[in-house]
Amino acid sequence: MMNRIDRLFKETKGEILSVYITAGYPELGDTVPLLEALQNHGAHMVEIGIPFSDPLADGAVIQDSSQVALRNGMKLDLLFKQLEGIRPAIHMPLVLMGYLNPVLQMGMDTFLGRCRHTGIDGVIIPDLPPAEYDARYREMFSAYGVHNSLLITPHTDENRIRRIAELSGGFLYLVADSSTTGARNSIGDHQVEYFRRIHDMGLPVPGLIGFGISNRETFLTACKFARGAIIGSAFIRAIGESGTLSLQQKVEMFIKEIRGA
Amino acid sequence: MGFEVDDQGFYGDFGGAYIPEMLYSNIRELENRYLEIIRSDEFQTEFRQLLKDYAGRPTPLFRAERLSAHFGTRIFLKREDLNHTGAHKINNTIGQILLARRLGKQRIIAETGAGQHGVATATVCALFGMHCIVYMGELDVERQAPNVKKMKMLGAEVVTVHSGNKTLKDATNEAIRDWINHPVDTHYIIGSVVGPHPYPDMVTRFQSVISEEIRIQLQEKTGRNYPDYLVACVGGGSNAAGAYYHYLEDKRVRLISAEAAGLGVESGMTAATSLLGTSGIIHGSRTLLMQDDDGQIEEPYSISAGLDYPGVGPLHAWLAKSGRATVFAATDEEALQAALLCSRKEGIIPALETAHALAVLEKITPGPDDVVVVNLSGRGDKDMETYINKLGI
Ligand SMILES: Cc1ncc(COP(=O)(O)O)c(C=O)c1O
Repeated sequence: MMNRIDRLFKETKGEILSVYITAGYPELGDTVPLLEALQNHGAHMVEIGIPFSDPLADGAVIQDSSQVALRNGMKLDLLFKQLEGIRPAIHMPLVLMGYLNPVLQMGMDTFLGRCRHTGIDGVIIPDLPPAEYDARYREMFSAYGVHNSLLITPHTDENRIRRIAELSGGFLYLVADSSTTGARNSIGDHQVEYFRRIHDMGLPVPGLIGFGISNRETFLTACKFARGAIIGSAFIRAIGESGTLSLQQKVEMFIKEIRGA
Repeated sequence: MGFEVDDQGFYGDFGGAYIPEMLYSNIRELENRYLEIIRSDEFQTEFRQLLKDYAGRPTPLFRAERLSAHFGTRIFLKREDLNHTGAHKINNTIGQILLARRLGKQRIIAETGAGQHGVATATVCALFGMHCIVYMGELDVERQAPNVKKMKMLGAEVVTVHSGNKTLKDATNEAIRDWINHPVDTHYIIGSVVGPHPYPDMVTRFQSVISEEIRIQLQEKTGRNYPDYLVACVGGGSNAAGAYYHYLEDKRVRLISAEAAGLGVESGMTAATSLLGTSGIIHGSRTLLMQDDDGQIEEPYSISAGLDYPGVGPLHAWLAKSGRATVFAATDEEALQAALLCSRKEGIIPALETAHALAVLEKITPGPDDVVVVNLSGRGDKDMETYINKLGI
């Protein structure tokens, strides 16, 4: 069977909307209901964040959601249990995003085996260096049929971008600016210049832009230069807001706003 | 078995640079340039001059007669507490500020636990007119108040960190996040031999002036340039790395590392990292750290803010795992009593961190003719409030 990420990029004509959630947030049992709601309302792909005590690359919103999720009792083992049996009802591609330490404690081999078993299509591990991935884990990933999407930033030089793109499975993650995660309201000229530069390199793997994408405007700008974009902090903030709306309603409103529907 | 870092940034199984791509260009720049810069004559001249005229080096090696009599052995204290700003931390910050200037950086960030590294960083930033931002956990801001005031007086901005346990680990996270957001103009002065390669090696080199001096001073005082026992406390491990450096391959020297047991190694309220830790990744380095079975990093506890860290530098993880160093843990109470003993026997009030090294003298059994060097990493001024409260002074 073709990896769902590859199929998504192959079959989708328009912009791809990928949404980041933190597993076990806002409530421990919300992981799967959120996936259902996101799929129903038109997200193309979801990145499920594995909460970590020390999320170095994250700004305040995702840090807080990770703390809440850990306090709720989320663990990597429990996340895999929650994901048990979600296929085929959830048919969109799913990616796990997390820091290396919890993955190493489980063991990379066990982790990838459980990814495959539950129908996880790809992973993003920001603090796993590309060279170490290449030397130690690349074959293991391909044996399990799980993609590894690597990151580039505005400061990644051209040779390194080519090498990272070649190592990346599924898609290349374009970090939108030199920053930690966190919603921003606009995209600056220097970012557009960087997006254009990457676009014009004609890399062998499609790109998704993430970090700072927060609303319809920033989403559409990003999509001019890449196949789609990833929204994290803005979504986490929206579903964390108190009020009378149900989780489903919050998801619906948020996705509608982004997709302009 | 070697104890120098290899070209991949590893000490045995430990080390490396497990950093997100957002930090790659910063770390790469450092890695490419640090050795060439540090080895240049022009850097060495300026570094040595500042260590001498500004920090006040060489620091004395003091024969502690009354402590020697108490323990029935020959004890020497390496007086890092007599450095400008009161601890070994200044050796590293002088080195790193000179490096930062050569890299063309204008903005300096640092993390601090006890505040000693924060003060040492604020000090060199004042000296060179650089903008300085120090991240410090909320709990440490409270328990090390005098140092917060010093940093402010020196012109640094102190940012209180409210995340996590509000101590050193969380301050380090926040400093790293700052660096991700300022990759071009900023240098991050890490305060210990922790973090991604090349930091552990770089900081070790700047601190290695300690063992360089011990060799010369012991030769003068004992006719022999090495001790039988070399004792240092380990938070991240910079004072220990500096004291051990020239003896790493010299097996005649027993290296004794003192960690903070907090309320006791088995109490669940401890910072005895190499004793309890397992292999994992913290702050970009593979090392021994305290973590749960889900790979979440656990919150350490120690009365001493400078030892209250859930990891150790990768060199120390390797020294412990390979058996080259022997690790002991001293409790809060043992450290307090050792601080009192050193004060009463030698007229030296040590820092709480250092007191853990002194407490370990109770746990080793050197012979009467053995030479024991204790690295007296810092002075106790910043800890007076704790001493007053806990010792009922
Ligand atoms: C006096 C003193 N000793 C030791 C330490 C622990 O750090 P390290 O293990 O890096 O020497 C500190 C840290 O703040 C300190 O202030």
